[in-house]
Amino acid sequence: MNNKVLNNRAWLLVLPMLVLVAFSAIIPLMTVVNYSVQDVLGPNARFFTGTEWFHSILNDSALRDAFVRQILFSLTILAIQVPLGIGIALIMPKRGWQASAVLILITLPLLIPWNVVGSIWQIFTRGDIGLMGYGLRELGINYNITRNSGDAWATIILMDVWHWTPLVAMLCYSGLRSIPEAYYQAARIDRASKWAIFRYIQLPKLTNVLVIAVLLRFMHSFMIYAEPFVLTGGGPGSSTTFLSQSLATMAIGQQDLGPSAAFSIIYFLVILLVSWVFYTTIMHMQKDKNPHGGA
Amino acid sequence: MAEITLKGLAHSYSKSPSSHSDYAIRQMDHVWHQGGAYALLGPSGCGKSTLLNIISGLLEPSEGDVLFDGHRVNELPPEERNIAQVFQFPVIYDTMTVYDNLAFPLRNMNTPEYKVDPKVREIADILDLTPLLSRKAKNLTADEKQKVSMGRGLVRDDVSAILFDEPLTVIDPQLKWKLRRKLKEIHERFNITMIYVTHDQLEASTFADKIAVMYDGQVVQFGTPRELFEKPAHTFVGYFIGSPGMNFMSVTHQADKVMFGELPLPVNEAVSRSVAAAGSSNIKLGIRPEFITVSNSPEPNSVPVEVVNLQDLGTYSLLSFTLNGQLFKARLPEGHAPVGDAAHAVFSDQHIALYVDEYLVEIGHE
Repeated sequence: MNNKVLNNRAWLLVLPMLVLVAFSAIIPLMTVVNYSVQDVLGPNARFFTGTEWFHSILNDSALRDAFVRQILFSLTILAIQVPLGIGIALIMPKRGWQASAVLILITLPLLIPWNVVGSIWQIFTRGDIGLMGYGLRELGINYNITRNSGDAWATIILMDVWHWTPLVAMLCYSGLRSIPEAYYQAARIDRASKWAIFRYIQLPKLTNVLVIAVLLRFMHSFMIYAEPFVLTGGGPGSSTTFLSQSLATMAIGQQDLGPSAAFSIIYFLVILLVSWVFYTTIMHMQKDKNPHGGA
Repeated sequence: MAEITLKGLAHSYSKSPSSHSDYAIRQMDHVWHQGGAYALLGPSGCGKSTLLNIISGLLEPSEGDVLFDGHRVNELPPEERNIAQVFQFPVIYDTMTVYDNLAFPLRNMNTPEYKVDPKVREIADILDLTPLLSRKAKNLTADEKQKVSMGRGLVRDDVSAILFDEPLTVIDPQLKWKLRRKLKEIHERFNITMIYVTHDQLEASTFADKIAVMYDGQVVQFGTPRELFEKPAHTFVGYFIGSPGMNFMSVTHQADKVMFGELPLPVNEAVSRSVAAAGSSNIKLGIRPEFITVSNSPEPNSVPVEVVNLQDLGTYSLLSFTLNGQLFKARLPEGHAPVGDAAHAVFSDQHIALYVDEYLVEIGHE
């Protein structure tokens, strides 16, 4: 039985959306795909190269190093920001003017533009005039982000934690606020410890916001560009050169359109893949493992 | 197991209460006997949930004492009072199985597993939860969840009382009845004091042996469902209990007659004497719709009324009529002769109740 009315004019209704998506995503992406399989020498001189650029990108050891650094960076900041964000959300005041005040204070870093964040920390860590750089030196600690790659790493991570933990904290705070009071009352009656309340009430109720927080923070951190660029310029050496900076150097600095297009596509697919795997895993974990009977 | 006594109890949410209206609970004395099945009945906002939270210890009363078996427990938190509470919306631990949910309060008290297991299975058996024990609690239906949250109260041996805060709100109508019967069964089996908060008189009267009707922060009557129906102690009880509620007439006593506005009411000597002795300007006569008889021709002691409409409700008909401009309801039994627009009503003398300043005053029948 098919009672559907066939009317091909209905496609016209989809057209506006299609145009919008075409200009916002499909056409730019296709341009990149187009570049990635050609060697462009000038306006009228181009050769088809097939998968050659992809091979060379995948075999480029500098890019592999950047990729490893990028993964390490994203995992590190996630490992710090998620527990820290939950912790902050748990101790934030729940009502009254204190709650509003803390919310505003905590949101401030989120409002600062990326470039400015980099500049702030660049000055902050300078040994001559920066509060942190000068302070550490006075304490006798040999701290120099332009010379020690360890210091540079630690500073970039500290900067990212300062800049983005508030986002995780705010998401968790809103999640915690939505837990009905009866849950806490029931837990008291059941003599649950603080830890048990966290483990069996708060954390399960936070799962959904945490999925969003982790996804956002992963995608964000995997694409980080402006802050480390301004702070360390990728150095010392290439110790803090992440993927997007390598890409920018290749595409804008060296005008290697073909390789950088291939690089962009691989970059994009990695983010897509990781996010998809993470999301489906979490969603799968939430399903009942024993679906007999049911409601 | 405990007898719960409320002594001079009052509660106000404001810091310096000055008038009656500042109190969520006005001063009261009340005893809930060990093993009783009680209901706390009243409209939304009458203070019944506040009272329940004071008993359970989630809220500390601003005045007066709560005594468990004679011991003052005002400052004790719920976990030390050993009460169990079932909330309006089922509270379960989502990530745990039904088994772990039931075992949770015991494990929190560091009960050894060999003692936990038989207890959990016993309670699951009573609540018909055995087949669900290994299921994640999250995927249960609302009534199953409510049973789990009740079960968490029952697993502890020493529970003094189980408090229910409108536990059937989210349950499907056909399951409400089943769950209510389960509650009764548990009450009989464990002999635990149960206090059940509801705004549904049917729920209250099927569950409880005695009902406390709350109105405006006070318990206005405490009695069996039958007493509430036959002898409402307060006009609110008359109006709230029964369907429809009691009819009330504001009356005065003039020249040896009981006057309803301009209309002399044909009431007997006893009622008339009691009205005369009332000594207040707020005098009301109440009569249940069941005790008004209506006919087409005048009868002894009848008053002429104007019929508004007649609703057929299956086993009985509900007649609305006006008398002296006020709307009255009368319940006519099935198969009652049809009534015309102008009819005559008789108020059964021995069922007329007298209320002075909203409270019942006994009529001295001789």
